[in-house]
Amino acid sequence: MSTAPETPAPPKPTRIAPIVTLDAKFFWDAADRGEFLGERCGQCKAFRFPPRPMCPHCHSLTREEVKLSGHGTVHGWTIPRHPPPFGFKEAPIVVIVQLDEGFRMVSNLVGVAYHDVRQDMPVEVDFEPTMGNHKVPVFRPRSAS
Amino acid sequence: MSKRRFQDAAIAGIGHTEYSKASGRSELQLAAECAKAACDDAGISPHDIDGMITFTIDNNDEIMLARCLGVKDLAYTTRIPGGGAAAAATIYQAMAMVNAGLCKHVLIWRAMNERSQYRFGQNPNQQMMAFQSGNGTGSLLWCVPYGAMTPASWGALQAARYMHRFGITNRDLAFVSVQQRAYAANNPDAWFYGKPITLEDHQASKWIQEPWLRLLDCCQESDGGVAVLVTSLQRARDMKQKPVRIVGATQSIPYNVEVISNYYHEDLTEMPEAKGTAKRLWEQTGLGPQDMQAAMIYDAFSPHVLLQLEAFGFCRPGEAAGFVKSGGMALDGVLPTNTNGGLSGEAYIHGMNSMIEGVRQIRGTSHNQVTRRSVEHVLVSSGMAGAVLGKA
Ligand SMILES: [Zn+2]
Repeated sequence: MSTAPETPAPPKPTRIAPIVTLDAKFFWDAADRGEFLGERCGQCKAFRFPPRPMCPHCHSLTREEVKLSGHGTVHGWTIPRHPPPFGFKEAPIVVIVQLDEGFRMVSNLVGVAYHDVRQDMPVEVDFEPTMGNHKVPVFRPRSAS
Repeated sequence: MSKRRFQDAAIAGIGHTEYSKASGRSELQLAAECAKAACDDAGISPHDIDGMITFTIDNNDEIMLARCLGVKDLAYTTRIPGGGAAAAATIYQAMAMVNAGLCKHVLIWRAMNERSQYRFGQNPNQQMMAFQSGNGTGSLLWCVPYGAMTPASWGALQAARYMHRFGITNRDLAFVSVQQRAYAANNPDAWFYGKPITLEDHQASKWIQEPWLRLLDCCQESDGGVAVLVTSLQRARDMKQKPVRIVGATQSIPYNVEVISNYYHEDLTEMPEAKGTAKRLWEQTGLGPQDMQAAMIYDAFSPHVLLQLEAFGFCRPGEAAGFVKSGGMALDGVLPTNTNGGLSGEAYIHGMNSMIEGVRQIRGTSHNQVTRRSVEHVLVSSGMAGAVLGKA
């Protein structure tokens, strides 16, 4: 009756899923597919973040969802020690990423030790799974190229 | 012809409950008690309140509070978004209603069991996950999946670039906390009455957000209520207390600025909302930083005191840490600041307890009264809003 041992299933993700609003759905849907998209105005082409229905410059309602370079720098960072953030086995490194496209977002820096975090260090996008089979963009150090 | 005409506004009464970690009664009772205390202080009947202002996130219904107080005929109610940024904005709106001749007696209140019923400092629960509009916290949903789930994490991210740029270490922040706790130690209303801290205590307290904020850089979580009664200067002159004039008050929310997940504006080494508030306030009053004899500055986290000291022009960019270290905030310093002990030393009633300390300094009734010079003007700031209080 015994069956051959199977590869153990990878641990279930414990990171909480993103909170999805209608105006940001494209962003999180893209992340689920492993794509990093930004929003810019269909008329004047200005990027905006957080996503919103109207361009603050020309007030156009047309939006373009464009693939981002995924490159940026660490603009600011912190390590939440107490209370331990829900869903993380180890304290994450929370960062504000300054993206090459000229806007910022909050994310995590992964693949680096706490003491190696540097302000303005170059990073590139990656993805990590969340509960409920979703993904969120995170960043890891980018080698100079 | 309208009978309305511009009227100067004044604070005629202040009231508060005890500050605790477990009030043992409903938030509505706290609100009613502090409101009654403010009316008693002014010497008016709560029946005559005709305007009511609070924060969007105050849990008390204004009608239920009005029913407790027996308010006869309410002419105006409103709520202000932005969490604690609303603190000085309540004074701004009350002033405007009185200036416009639309209200006679405006009650401001903030009452909460923020320690015993729910805790702002903990990870969000299901109820708090509703990061909806109105609270001025619209971008928190972009933080939460990354483990930035508490005000301290959002505040640390906000301060990181500033501290990095100017080489401000966590040890430098200790001077803010030590000074505020020294004030609290001498203030019988303060939770930390009789409990000063040393620089070593600060440095030994646990990391909340490494490497920026330790426990002793953070405001408390508190239960309690604070109320303020605003009326016209003319009417206030006939009331019980010496009136405290609202010399000016304003708000500023520059483009791309929001309350705490505030990472999208141009320069993260400054606080543009406080700079905007300062600009309007100094223009409106014809006064400047040199005219203030004390300041009450919203101190959710110690770096935000430094950022506001710079934004209001008390220090140049990057120099506030040195200002505080050399005793600038002390009673004998250039600008006695948060003389009640602030939100870290006295209590966290969402900034309102520091607003009423500003009133006390003008009245001359603070437990840490500035006596080296006559207190003509006090700045009260909650970053996105500010007011100058003065002698009548
Ligand atoms: Zn546009």
